[in-house]
Amino acid sequence: MLDNLLAPLRKLGHSTINAIWKLGVMSRFLLAIIAHSGQSLLRFQLTIREVYFAGVLSLIIIVVSGLFVGMVLGLQGYNTLSRFGSADALGALVALSLLRELGPVLAALLFASRSGSAMTAEIGLMKATEQLEAMSVMAVDPIARVVAPRFWAGVISMPILAALFNVMGIFGGYLVGVVMIGLDEGTFWSQMQNNVDLHFDVINGLIKSLFFGIAVTLIAVFEGFDATPTAAGVSSATTRTVVTSALVILALDFVLTAFMF
Amino acid sequence: MKRSIIDLWVGIFVAIGLASVTFLALKVANLTPQSNNNSYTLIAEFDNIGGLKVKAPVKSSGVVVGRVSNIELDTKRYVARATLTLDGQYHFSRDTSAEILTAGLLGEQYVGLVQGGEEENLKPGDRLQLTSSALVLEQLIGKFMTSFAEGNNKAAAADAAAAETAP
Repeated sequence: MLDNLLAPLRKLGHSTINAIWKLGVMSRFLLAIIAHSGQSLLRFQLTIREVYFAGVLSLIIIVVSGLFVGMVLGLQGYNTLSRFGSADALGALVALSLLRELGPVLAALLFASRSGSAMTAEIGLMKATEQLEAMSVMAVDPIARVVAPRFWAGVISMPILAALFNVMGIFGGYLVGVVMIGLDEGTFWSQMQNNVDLHFDVINGLIKSLFFGIAVTLIAVFEGFDATPTAAGVSSATTRTVVTSALVILALDFVLTAFMF
Repeated sequence: MKRSIIDLWVGIFVAIGLASVTFLALKVANLTPQSNNNSYTLIAEFDNIGGLKVKAPVKSSGVVVGRVSNIELDTKRYVARATLTLDGQYHFSRDTSAEILTAGLLGEQYVGLVQGGEEENLKPGDRLQLTSSALVLEQLIGKFMTSFAEGNNKAAAADAAAAETAP
């Protein structure tokens, strides 16, 4: 009887301790990656390969989503702004919302689901097929050979993808605002330039995406490395990557925004 | 060093990233090349600057000739001291007046300069002699209300006086 009542409590305590445990392991993992980065940066070809898989292959989804997000912003922004007779400010609205929030956050969410999950699955599968152990046996450190290049590739790719997302979004807003609705082109750009600050908006947005890159890739490689070496384990690790990354991105976004703006 | 097709794609990827950041910096953000050697500052003091902000434009005849670079309170005389950084190609005479204007009814506030008639030009660091403060809408409405109420009182008094003298 008492046992039944206490079960949920015990479960809560268990998962809390587990989460804290995981946080500790993850921090140690990050330190290990940084410690082994020297080797992997020395053999930069490995990192280049991973940039190709994580970054270049994400281009399509980033370009298309960015364009459509910008177009939707243009439409919705125009509808709302024209009610207040300030449709001129559309350029500023599109640029600011993309640069400050939507660009870094959406690009990071897409990156987590496109590349983060792939990284987890790949590393998890390597673990399941005992390739990582084989490496250790051959005196090749799997963190230096497998994990660190992927980590740095993610950190390099993320800001680039976010910047591209912003550019495509602004282009989408331009398409809807100027080409479709017929706002004045000069006003669109000048309002944007008057209201966007290089350091405050552009650079801070990129710093945000750099942090997201670190967080997402760390979660992805960690979950892969930590996965139970079975088919089910790898698949649940992949799911965990996407879920945890999404939550961490949104929480981190709040914290970074509070710091920056 | 061996080159592969992947290197090419990664190169293109990084180039796209650099191009995007450049585009954001140049086309989207207001990156006006601040040629510091070619600009000079003037001081303008106002009783009330209203909602004027740093980086607000300084215009003359509607053309942007500079920006407000600093706003502080003069703690001796308690007036607002605005530092205007003007483009070196524009010169203003010594009796130029500065006023704080609003773009549109609810728009941003800016400093308007009206060129005077004197031959001699203002030198860097000079103080503008003629300034007029920002129009604060609340004060204006307040004044209007007071004068309106006074007018009503006077009218009422006149009516009362007329009523007394009438019979």
